[in-house]
This record gives sequence, C-alpha cells and structure tokens, in this order.
Amino acid sequence: MTAAAPPPARRRSLWQRVRRDRVLLLAALPGVVLLLVFQYLPWLGNVIAFKDYQPFLGINGSPWVGLRNFRVIFDGDPAFVNALKNTLEITLLQVLVVFPVPIALALLLDSLVSERLKRTVQSILYLPHFLSWVIVVAVFQQMLGDAGLLNTFLRTHDLATVHVVGNASVFKELLTAQVLWKDAGWSMILFVAALSRIEPGLYEAAAVDGAGPWRRIWHVSLPGLRGIIVLLLILRLGESLTVGFEQIVLQQGGVGIDSSEVLDTYVFNNGIQQGDWGTSAAVGLVKGLVGLLLVLGANKAAHRLGEQGIYQR
Amino acid sequence: MSAAANRPAVKGPSAGRRATGRRTTDRRAGRSPAFGRPSSLGRLAKAVVLTLCCAVVVVPFAGILATSLADRAEITRAGGFVLVPHGVHLAAYRAVLSGGVVTRALVISLLVTAVGTALSLAATALLAYGLSRTDSVGHRPLLMVVLFAVLFGPGIIPSYLVVKQFGLLDSYWSLILPVMVNAFNVVVVRAFFMELPAELLDAARIDGAGDWTVLWRVVLPLSRAVLAVIGLFYAVGYWNSFFNALLYLNDTSKWPLQLVLRTYVVNNTSLGVDQVGASGSSLPPQTAIQMAILVISLVPVLVVYPFVQRHFGKGVLTGAVKG
Repeated sequence: MTAAAPPPARRRSLWQRVRRDRVLLLAALPGVVLLLVFQYLPWLGNVIAFKDYQPFLGINGSPWVGLRNFRVIFDGDPAFVNALKNTLEITLLQVLVVFPVPIALALLLDSLVSERLKRTVQSILYLPHFLSWVIVVAVFQQMLGDAGLLNTFLRTHDLATVHVVGNASVFKELLTAQVLWKDAGWSMILFVAALSRIEPGLYEAAAVDGAGPWRRIWHVSLPGLRGIIVLLLILRLGESLTVGFEQIVLQQGGVGIDSSEVLDTYVFNNGIQQGDWGTSAAVGLVKGLVGLLLVLGANKAAHRLGEQGIYQR
Repeated sequence: MSAAANRPAVKGPSAGRRATGRRTTDRRAGRSPAFGRPSSLGRLAKAVVLTLCCAVVVVPFAGILATSLADRAEITRAGGFVLVPHGVHLAAYRAVLSGGVVTRALVISLLVTAVGTALSLAATALLAYGLSRTDSVGHRPLLMVVLFAVLFGPGIIPSYLVVKQFGLLDSYWSLILPVMVNAFNVVVVRAFFMELPAELLDAARIDGAGDWTVLWRVVLPLSRAVLAVIGLFYAVGYWNSFFNALLYLNDTSKWPLQLVLRTYVVNNTSLGVDQVGASGSSLPPQTAIQMAILVISLVPVLVVYPFVQRHFGKGVLTGAVKG
C-alpha cells in the first residue's frame, strides 16, 4: 500500500498520475468494461437498420440496402402508425391520470399528524413497486378477471358481471390502473420529501392570516412542490415514446394487436419474433434517436425554467 | 434494453437530488392554535381515503394467500377465489415444492439473484469508488461513460445481437452480465461516497492507509445504508427479471420463476402431474396451485423489504445526482 502522495507542487507526468491513481482506475475497470460492452457496443448493432440482415449471414455478410428499412416510417405503414398512435395515447392517458395521483397522496400523507401512521401507510403503499409485472398482471387477473374476485362476487349476488381483463376497448385504461397500483405509492416518495422541506412557519403564518386547510395547500404546499412537479413532468414527456413494455407483452395475447401494440412491442414482435430484423432495427433506431432528442430537450427546458436538470446539479 | 427496462424502477428517486434535511420534529407537534380545530368531517374523509388506498394494496395479497391455503371444497364454495380462509391446507405448496418445474425455477431464480446481486454490488461500489475523486486521472471521460448510460440504453434488437455475438444465449450469464452494472445506481453510490466527511478519509491516509484500505476499512463500513438500498434494487431486478429471460433463454428448462409464473398463472396453462415431483395421482385444485406459485414468488421480496424499507427517503435516494 502506498500512502496517497501530498498535493503536487508541480504538474506530474501522465504516467506518474496513472501510477498514483492506479487503485481507482483498477476499481473502475470492471464496471466500465461492462457498460461499454452492454450499453455502448449495441449501438454498433444498429447498422443492421441499413442492411437486409439474415442471421445465418451474420452482420457483416448481410447486404446493404440503404434506407429501404426506414420506409415503414416515411410511407406510414399501417402497423407502424397503429403502434405510434397507441404509444402516444397511452402516454397522454398516463400523464393525465397517473401523474397527479402521487401528488395528491403525498399531500394527504403530509397532513397526518402521527409520524407512526405516516410511516405505516408509506410502507404499505411503496410495496407494489417491488413486485414484478408478471405478479401485477396476475393480481389484476385474479381481482378483475372473468373468474376473479369482483366477478365472483357480482355473480353470487346475481348482478351483471364486468368484462375488464382481455377486453380490447378498455385495455389502455387497464394498463393505466396497473401502473397506478404498482407505482403511485413509490412515486410519492419524492413529493413527500419535498413537502417535508417546506418551512413550518409558512403554514403558521398562512393560518394566522386566516387561510384554511385548502388554501394552505394551494398557497404553501403546492408552490413548495412546483420545482419537482415541473421537473418530473418534463422528464415524463421526454420519455413519451416508451410505455410499459413488459406489462404489454404479458397481456397482448388476450386483447390483440390493434389496441395494444406500442413501438417497443412492434420492434420486438416484428423483429425478434417474426424475423423482420432490418425494419425493426430501423424503427428502434429512430425511436431511440427521437427519444434522445426528447430527453435532451426536456432537460434543456428544465434548465430554462430555472429547475435542476437530470444530469447537473 | 435491459437498462431501459430497469430504469422505471429507479425513476422516482432519479429526479430528486438533494439530501432532504429531514424534519427533526413534527411540524405540528406543538400545534399552533392558529390552525384551528380540524373538522371531524375532514378527518373522517381522510381516514376513509387512506383506508381505501391501503385496502387496494392489501386485500389482493390476503385473497391470494387465503386461496393458496384453501382446499377444493372451499374453493368451489367460494366460486373460485377465497377471501377468508377456513383452515390451512398446504397441499398446493407440497405439490409445487416437491420437485418439478416450479421447484427448479425457484432454485434458478434464487441462484441468479444471489450471484447477480453480489456481483452487481461489488462492481457498482468499485466503479463508484473509482469515480469518487474528481482529481484522479481520466475522471471526466469515465464519468461521461456512466452518465450517458443513465440517459439512454440501447434498443432491444442491438442488445440481443450483442448477447448473441458473445455466445450468451441460453446461458444464465445472459440474465446477469447485461444488467450487472446499472449506471444510475453507480451515480447514487458515488454521490453517497462523495458526501462522506473528507476528514475521515484524510485521517486514514495520514495513518498510512492506501486507496484499497480506505475503501475497505472506511468507505464501505460507512455506506451500509446506501449499499442496502442499492442491493435491494439489484436483487429485486434479478428476481423480477422476466423479459430478459424470455428473450435470451430458448431452453424452457432454464426458465426462472417469473416465466413459470407467466405460463401457469397469467396464461392459465394447467399444471399437470408430470410437472410436479409428487408421485400422488391427484393434484390440489389449480387455483390453489396458481396462488401458491404466486405466494412463493412474493415471499423473498416480502422478507427483505422491511429491513431495507426504513432507509428509503433518508436522503439515500433523494440525495443523488451530481455532475
């Protein structure tokens, strides 16, 4: 073991600095290699978007086809357009419905006086976040499916049953309900933290000035949350093209493609399942690039609004 | 792709950066008379909403557990789903745990989760430590490698091609290596390391400790909370991993629990006598078996959760990202 050298009086050569920091470099090595191989190297695989990829010919052996694979996007292939439309509809629904709920929950929780009750409720509401989508989907089937708890109850009481699971016309609403059940509690964590940072004196001052509970929420709590709300909303919009892939793959069989295909499942079904590699890679590439632009744009917008972005303090 | 699949799991905390400065005392502990008396109607409404929210989470679990413990007569009487159990019948658990498809999948999932979590934690902590001194050589480019990986993962198809090129298809390593280092987790751990009091590290160095010794003797022991939370994230990620297994494992005999769960519970395939190790000719009711598989897949999460849960929101997660 060498002791860390005292701060250099003069510049050291690169070699000396590498020697000095060799432990740190060595420590970083495995993680960096894994990231390079599994996060960066795949981008090279996108060349097949410009090729007629045949697995038995390999990436190098497959012929170049220029932009032919991108035609589904520019010519508006119906299957692609359907996937895009579903993706955007689901995003819209989730921004409108899923986004406000954790805020409301956090406000409700923050208004509790007992710390102990607060912690208990939090523990219960966080929990579904740690369950897999397979479990969440199974739970919803058991509750709302045709043989599930709700319909069993309705049937034994001679009431009309409801068709929720496997019903294409309410599929997007079902997806939204599942996201709410799984993640509303967990998303609350940030809002709860932000609320706990609000100066208690502000509430008291507002109360002294005659503000009731609702007005205190409106004039003290919500302004305290504004920064985080703006930030999360912008980030969510930056991810507009990505919606619950695993969740949808699990349930697609029951409702059909028309109502359930989104961009990610389109890439998966078309490419890996049906062997149309080039087209799927092209759609995946464009989706990735547009997504990248949206994230960067969203981050910029956040900075412009005076909020912190995602990768900068 | 795997990173993208992982990301929503940490998306919540990802955006919150600063340590929260927890309230030391409850702000209404000495409730000012200015707030007035809370109306009883308001308190009732709050209680109702909170109870409903918690019930929506708890009732399904209670029902699943009750049904897994029920016998045929009881399930028939209830019309399929038992909410209140009468007596405990472990036949369903005996059937699925006595060898066969579910037992094998359970062992696979446990092994992948244990090995994966250990490797992930080691690689993540090491990388975070390697990046924790801003004056070290190559600090900026290495940090960029991590930060860009937080922002965008590659698509499904290119990821698949890489795993295929490395000959990892149908290998358990395909479930571990692509997701072993999660860049966001690295950022969280690094931020935690950098918040450690510099005096402590300096004191150790003055006493002659090298960088390894500082990591092993000072940094890691002080970072148990963040390592517990990040370890839970990794473990839950491996345990819940479903799509990577579907993508990379064609050999169904290698399938982990989540895929078995999908086959027999979500897709409602009947589990026959051939798929269990028990020699008996009659099986417990399918519903009970399905719910037993579901309970088995829930137990590890429920066991670990309480130990780690108290660290959430203590600034471990909400105090993360720094450039």
